[in-house]
Amino acid sequence: MPANLRELRDRKASVSTIKKLTRAMELIAASRIVKAQQRAQAAGPYARELTRAVSAVATFSNVDHPLTTEKENPRRAAVLLITSDRGQAGAYSANVIREGERLNQLLREDEKQIVPYVSGRKGIAYYTFRQREIAQSWAGDSDNPSFARAREIADALIEAFLTPTDEGGVDEIHIVFTRFVSMLTQRADVIRLLPLEVVEGEEAPAADDVLPLYEFEPSAEEVLDGLLPKYVASRIHYCMLQAAASELANRQRAMKSATDNAQDLIEKLTRDLNQARQAQITQEISEIVGGASALADANAGSE
Amino acid sequence: MADDSAKHLEVALVAAERTVWQGQARIVIARTTDGDVGILPGHAPLLGLLQGGTVQVRTVDDEYFVAAAPDGFISVANDRVSILAENAEMGHDIDLEEARRELDQAMAAGLADADADEVRLAEARVRAAEQTS
Repeated sequence: MPANLRELRDRKASVSTIKKLTRAMELIAASRIVKAQQRAQAAGPYARELTRAVSAVATFSNVDHPLTTEKENPRRAAVLLITSDRGQAGAYSANVIREGERLNQLLREDEKQIVPYVSGRKGIAYYTFRQREIAQSWAGDSDNPSFARAREIADALIEAFLTPTDEGGVDEIHIVFTRFVSMLTQRADVIRLLPLEVVEGEEAPAADDVLPLYEFEPSAEEVLDGLLPKYVASRIHYCMLQAAASELANRQRAMKSATDNAQDLIEKLTRDLNQARQAQITQEISEIVGGASALADANAGSE
Repeated sequence: MADDSAKHLEVALVAAERTVWQGQARIVIARTTDGDVGILPGHAPLLGLLQGGTVQVRTVDDEYFVAAAPDGFISVANDRVSILAENAEMGHDIDLEEARRELDQAMAAGLADADADEVRLAEARVRAAEQTS
């Protein structure tokens, strides 16, 4: 325990500053989380209607679309990893990256070649530090993903998917992201984006709900052609919104415990400080008392 | 038609990040790749791709509005009409002057490619704003 008073005082001051900082970040994350959830809700209708429409086309026509067809012998798999741009979010990025590594391992065991796509600076840093190649990366808005960004990613992925495998295309696409289960639970999760699995709505349509025989304009193929890329973009947007909410929830939690730890540290330092100050005073008093009695002894001796 | 007057369409105009308009309407007119379709209550189920980027709606209160819905699609089933477009916008929310300027910019930037997304988006906005005013 450093008994130096000034040193202790400085440390206490710096820990207090850190505490203010982490407290501010906690509050910011808490307020943004509400917004992120509202955004996820606002994006709900679009995703829902789109899912209904795609299910309708898939159910009421026997159209084979390249985006829904399984390739016979998949050799190359793209993995889209959604991480955060900034740290200070506890194990958020580490968790999702670990989940990504697990998926990579699985794919490698299936003798598939992995083509990584990364969103978020933390993921990019992880890959570049290990000098792994990234097919394409996006960064800059991990806590507030726009639909335009999702669309950009979707376009890149669809293009890769539609390119023949021998020319650098991929046979399947997975997304690794963090699912926002609740404020307390966020889980790293993997979904397969392409080829699309037979699409049923996330909530099964009621029996009397979707039974109509659709007319397609201009034709079922072309409608599907137009719809599926939108559907893919909407799925990616959904994943990004979930990831954003998870990131903020993780950040809020991490910053809360940092604030608590800083508070503990401040209390400990205050105690040390008081003890050191008291020790110093005691020492000074005993020195004065000792000096006075020595003086008194000396005077008594001389008389 | 007398029976139909009690009927109406439940219309939802949905953009990627929000619901732009939701309400009841008498008629929806949209242009698909095959031409204009007018949708009245009782229309057969339909899924169509929109072209031209505007949708006209007459509400049950006899209000009339035009919305920009570039690159969207329309789905009709059981008197429910959903118009989905990533960048849907109400005509009267668009500033015509500004939209025209943006169109000019987009045209200038995308000269090589008259079919560019930006140009189509800007065109749809201008058209919607023009038809509103």
